[in-house]
Amino acid sequence: MSDSIAIELCDVVKRFGDVVAVDHVNLQIRDGEFFSLLGPSGCGKTSTLRMIAGFELPTAGSILIHGREMGITPPHLRPVNTVFQSYALFPHMTVAQNVAFGLEMRKTPKAEIARQVKEALELVRLSGLEDRRPRQLSGGQQQRVALARALVNHPEVLLLDEPLGALDQKLRKEMQLELKSLQARVGITFVFVTHDQEEALTMSDRIAVMNKGKLLQVGTPTEIYERPNCRFVADFIGETNFIDGVVIGRDGNYTVLETPEGLRLRGLAARPLSDGTAVTYSIRPEKVRLLAPNGELPPNGLAGTVMTVNYIGSDTRITVRINDQRTIDIWEQNTRSTLDRDEYWQPGEAAVIVCPPDNALVLSE
Amino acid sequence: MIKTAPATTASARIRGAFSEGRLTWSGLALTVFSILVYLFLYVPIVILVIFSFTRDEFGVRWTGFTFDWYIRLFNNPRMMGAAWNTLVVATVSTIVSTIIGTLLAMAMERYRFRGRNAIEGLIYLPIVVPEIVMAVALLAFSAIIFDVIRMVTGEVLRRNLATVTIGHIAFSISFVVVVVRTSLKNFDRRLEEAAADLGADSWNIFWRITFPLILPGIIGGALLAFTLSLDDFIISLFLSGPGTSLLPVEVYNRVRRAITPEINAISTLMLILSMALVALSQVLQRRR
Amino acid sequence: MATIQQQQQRRDRIRLALLLTPGLLWLLLFFALPLVIIFLYSFMTNDALGRVVYEPTLNNYITIFTQSLYVNAYWRSIWTSVLTTVICLLIGYPLAVFIARSPQQWRMPLLMLILIPFWTNFLVRIYAWQIILANNGIINSFLEIIGIGRLTLLNTEGATLIGLIYGELPFMVLPLYAAIDRFDFTLMEAAADLGANKVQAFLRIMLPMTMPGIVAGSVLVFIPTLGQFVVSELLGGAKVDYLGNLIQRLFLRANPINWPLGSAMAVLMMLVLLVLIMMYFRVTSEEER
Repeated sequence: MSDSIAIELCDVVKRFGDVVAVDHVNLQIRDGEFFSLLGPSGCGKTSTLRMIAGFELPTAGSILIHGREMGITPPHLRPVNTVFQSYALFPHMTVAQNVAFGLEMRKTPKAEIARQVKEALELVRLSGLEDRRPRQLSGGQQQRVALARALVNHPEVLLLDEPLGALDQKLRKEMQLELKSLQARVGITFVFVTHDQEEALTMSDRIAVMNKGKLLQVGTPTEIYERPNCRFVADFIGETNFIDGVVIGRDGNYTVLETPEGLRLRGLAARPLSDGTAVTYSIRPEKVRLLAPNGELPPNGLAGTVMTVNYIGSDTRITVRINDQRTIDIWEQNTRSTLDRDEYWQPGEAAVIVCPPDNALVLSE
Repeated sequence: MIKTAPATTASARIRGAFSEGRLTWSGLALTVFSILVYLFLYVPIVILVIFSFTRDEFGVRWTGFTFDWYIRLFNNPRMMGAAWNTLVVATVSTIVSTIIGTLLAMAMERYRFRGRNAIEGLIYLPIVVPEIVMAVALLAFSAIIFDVIRMVTGEVLRRNLATVTIGHIAFSISFVVVVVRTSLKNFDRRLEEAAADLGADSWNIFWRITFPLILPGIIGGALLAFTLSLDDFIISLFLSGPGTSLLPVEVYNRVRRAITPEINAISTLMLILSMALVALSQVLQRRR
Repeated sequence: MATIQQQQQRRDRIRLALLLTPGLLWLLLFFALPLVIIFLYSFMTNDALGRVVYEPTLNNYITIFTQSLYVNAYWRSIWTSVLTTVICLLIGYPLAVFIARSPQQWRMPLLMLILIPFWTNFLVRIYAWQIILANNGIINSFLEIIGIGRLTLLNTEGATLIGLIYGELPFMVLPLYAAIDRFDFTLMEAAADLGANKVQAFLRIMLPMTMPGIVAGSVLVFIPTLGQFVVSELLGGAKVDYLGNLIQRLFLRANPINWPLGSAMAVLMMLVLLVLIMMYFRVTSEEER
């Protein structure tokens, strides 16, 4: 992965009438990386992609592809290609004709087209289906045709708009891995739009999380999961426990907050916060530890009662009530068999939960 | 075995007429009723065709087989002239109304603009205005235009094939728009984006993607325009001039005087032409 | 950015103009303008030679409203059109149900069978009935053989009605089929499950849900029937005058012709159509509620 920039968005705004779809987004996508735009539907990720492709023009701001300002360059003159959510395969053309279309538009010689189409179909493992029509193919096969049709043009950047959305769960998992390995082989920058956090975490080198037109956080999957920078990102990616409170001071590396009912908790904050700031304490269920009470509370510990115990195979999910208003979810990995029920937590049991402060975050906003 | 086969399919068909596959009295009644309606629709046409071969000169009873009426028809310059006129008018009307209608459909389906609703109304009005009103309006209009031309240039014009064609185009446009719009509505515009994404400019997008995909709709519209023109009687009657008669008008003038099997013969030929057009449109639709 | 958008807008506007102009011009010139002309004509005077005199008058309308010839023609045409529409509906609805309930592979052929007669010339179809109903035609020959003797079938109002129904039935069946085909018949089972009998289920569920098809079909049948003149001439023997016959005569055959009076009749016919269709829409949309 080189450090040169494939795509740069500078202060990009897109308005549709009164609706701000993309709100002052600044973003740099590096050459050769698998980059995901992640967010709920209507967050502006697809609009961002469509502006890069040239289907929409930014209301303000600029988009650069390999340093070239795109301005009003129409889609057909941009060095990018798109894999559409619905694949948008031309129904009146065969698979081979679909794949050849882009090359024909570029006036590539016939023999060369035939060679490259063959190569592209081999790349996506569709050799032998050249003369089929799109409607004679399965969803997964159509998906591959769409990929081949885009990749055959050797775009500087490949844009993928929720390309796996129409596939069933199993096929989707397969295609995730295949897409990832394909990207590694061809070495083209992929910009991948999805609303599925697991998909983004699995495939991406880096992820940008968007909500309501704003870019919230850009980072590697680990950074996004382990160090979300705001409540929305923590909530959208994976599961988490939230506890609201206000900052009351600092303790070494940690920021201390107090909940309305007087509980004190410590965790990491992304930046120094002054006392009195309203914050949210966030800790992932698998990071919380559950202990038997032994008289005194350990640091960052809370006393509670086990409410429910749900065995789901790999984990056991336990809900502990701390007080009248609050429960905490805890996921314990089943490193041992829990068949012997006497050895495991039972509803109604008293317990102590501990939030390791290095894995707990104090999020402002 | 062979003898029982048709009976089996017939009963299977009747049984199939009900979703659960069991025969009910109401279902049976519905089937019998429907068969009767189909008979009602087809018996007259079949009789018409059969009686084009009768020797009976009044054409209403069967007195033996003959081809005479067809031979007489082909030797009748008036009828042949009218047939030729009809084909010319239908062809020109189809070409013009298909082009104009397709453009209009594109405008209505692809653009949002002021006055769009008013134009929408104008387009659909010819479908709901009784044909006779349209016919007399065009007749009055053509008379005024001819008067103006006579006053300005001194040239005396009369109603001719051109006036009929103009009228046919005026009512065909609306039907073409309806048909072409449907296929534009069903057209996935993301395909155009995909083509642009793959490097096609707007010329290539239209001719390589949009046009081939809406072509069945355009052909459907054209065939409808053609049949409407062939089928039209009222506007043809009011707008054709002396000596430029169209086939339906010629048939009308003959029928009003007397029934002769020659009319059956020409009717049978028109029937065959219509059927051929329907078959053609079906084949084209299926090839999509 | 503003200038880019302006540029694009201008290009769009030019394209739109190119797409719209031919069609609009044609429809305005050869459809809308002629309608305006007969509207104006309807207030003009006719001279003894059948020429239009540009002298404003209300006489045409007064004539129509006061002379029984015209008043009767309106009532006859309206009544016949209503009757034709209702009978077409009564025949067409069960037929459309039959097609929609047929096995999938039968539906299109069955529908095509309805359409084929519609693709044959209207005049030819009417002529076919002349042969059947003629005094020495098929039916009468048959009646003679079985000993009933000949009846006057042709040149009656009944023959006109049969011809109209025969000619317009496909227009009723097509929209009805479209509506009934979309109708989910499990709803009828749901209604039965909730205690409705077949009639109640039909009236409360199926009828309201297929109402758009009924409305479309009725309008499509009613409009051409109101203005027809060929059927009543060829099958009805032109014994009584319908609207279309009078208009045709006033424009083409009368001696002298009277275009202003004919125009007034055409304008009034449009008006009648408008009022009746609006009434119909109101009634049926209430039904739907």
